[in-house]
Amino acid sequence: MADEVTRKAVSEIPLLKTNSGPRDKELWVQRLREEYLALIKYVENNKTADNDWFRLESNKEGTRWFGKCWYIHDLLKYEFDIEFDIPVTYPATAPEVAIPELDGKTAKMYRGGKICLTDHFKPLWARNVPKFGLAHLMALGLGPWLAVEIPDLIAKGLIQHKEQQNNS
Amino acid sequence: MTTVEELKLRVRELENELIKCKQKRCAEEDAGGNQMHHRPRIEKMSAEVVDSNPYSRLMALKRMGIVEDYEKIRTFSVAVVGVGGVGSVTAEMLTRCGIGKLVLFDYDKVELANMNRLFFQPHQAGLSKVEAAEHTLRSINPDVSFETHNYNITTMDNFTHFMDRISHGGLQEGNPVDLVLSCVDNFEARMAINTGCNELGQIWMESGVSENAVSGHIQLIIPGETACFACAPPLVVAANIDEKTLKREGVCAASLPTTMGVVAGLLVQNVLKYLLGFGTVSHYLGYNAMQDFFPTMAMKANPQCDDRYCRKQQDEYKRKEAERPKQEVVVEKVEEQVVHEDNEWGIELVSEVTEEELKAASGPKPDLPEGITVAYTIPDKEKTVTPAGETVEETEQSLEELMAQMKKM
Ligand SMILES: [Zn+2]
Repeated sequence: MADEVTRKAVSEIPLLKTNSGPRDKELWVQRLREEYLALIKYVENNKTADNDWFRLESNKEGTRWFGKCWYIHDLLKYEFDIEFDIPVTYPATAPEVAIPELDGKTAKMYRGGKICLTDHFKPLWARNVPKFGLAHLMALGLGPWLAVEIPDLIAKGLIQHKEQQNNS
Repeated sequence: MTTVEELKLRVRELENELIKCKQKRCAEEDAGGNQMHHRPRIEKMSAEVVDSNPYSRLMALKRMGIVEDYEKIRTFSVAVVGVGGVGSVTAEMLTRCGIGKLVLFDYDKVELANMNRLFFQPHQAGLSKVEAAEHTLRSINPDVSFETHNYNITTMDNFTHFMDRISHGGLQEGNPVDLVLSCVDNFEARMAINTGCNELGQIWMESGVSENAVSGHIQLIIPGETACFACAPPLVVAANIDEKTLKREGVCAASLPTTMGVVAGLLVQNVLKYLLGFGTVSHYLGYNAMQDFFPTMAMKANPQCDDRYCRKQQDEYKRKEAERPKQEVVVEKVEEQVVHEDNEWGIELVSEVTEEELKAASGPKPDLPEGITVAYTIPDKEKTVTPAGETVEETEQSLEELMAQMKKM
């Protein structure tokens, strides 16, 4: 179950149509176009709502994705690199988003800095195959994770604001 | 002044150096002093009871009439995917039983955080799990052949290679392996194994331990015949813990060497029974550690399975069954057959806010024996009336153009 803000943001992300994974040749290109269209719309929505919080890009095959996400806490911006591979079973299974620089800092991560999603994410994803795409993964997976974990990591002193760190 | 980044880099360099030193020392031990403890290879398994024969107690199974032909174990090749808490113990048991060949897959490294589990030792920290495992297993039983692959099977290139090794990594190179064992700890990897095995028609066994460490299961999957991993939502053994009291804040998963050891034992027992043909091979066997309850069942493949190779294998199986002359008297099976019910719900939601909405977005629970349930349910796709939101608007833009547009944002 998602909170009201997430719910609204998710409902405004366009749904995808093509049920195709990286092992399908032409259909995968179509799926990738839909992924990009949905991501572009989601980022535009975020900008309009003054809540721009991530960027993503992929290799030309669309099998490896990388980018940045950021989180504002006490008026300071904390930025992290993110990355993930598209599993061969996508879209039946969602990719595992990793924030490598936070590996080992929180128990809410699997090895390699893969974020540990809530119990609600998997059923939600499974019920919406193939309509959910990477934009939904960002909104329902990474977004809520950052909102819970980053303030906690800051409070514990496990992450410092990068400018503060360089000044000291 | 050295920056934090420079220091981090230096730490990484030193760590790599340390791993190299450890590997070198292991290699030296192999070549030198440790040789005393290494026995030569044994050409033929003997039943002779002498203190130098590692197979005498296994061959006794034959004398006692439990197993008809124990030596047959040397003709089999088994792939173990995931060499962690369950997979490493599984590989050790098979090695000690004298299996012909083991093909090991894992992308992970041994970490000190793994020391609550069996098999790996602190001095192996930093080595790849497959490499460390091969080293230990070879010294336990030099008669076993090993093939190791240090990669994540769920990515494109690796998956192709994985499929190739499953279909060619038999004892005789070029033949398929006899059995694939899934000892992975995540849904993505299980689905990848399932996809590969459905395409290849490869028989495999799935195993798992719950994230709260107090239940587990093993399952035999014969493509086209028994339910595949995608035929139903993931099955779970109910541990009878009130979900409300289960605290998940601040942790991903717990693990116990006991539960993992029990599951590995159940898995290898089923493997031996399947390969050597004794006892009853379990289709699904659960382990509830809280109540010491072991539910069992059998589940047929789902004709509406999302995996098209699963459906193809089902057609193939039906065709073969129809061709087979009916001679034997069919003994009534006591095992419960699971029915895939129709769904009476037709609503689908993007995300649920209330319990009622969550219920509405769920499908019916399949009819499962006591103690086994599904992790979640899915509404029937055909009956779904309205998708909750707008679908992507088609444009003339090419993929490259879209990529460029996203990059500019
Ligand atoms: Zn299936």
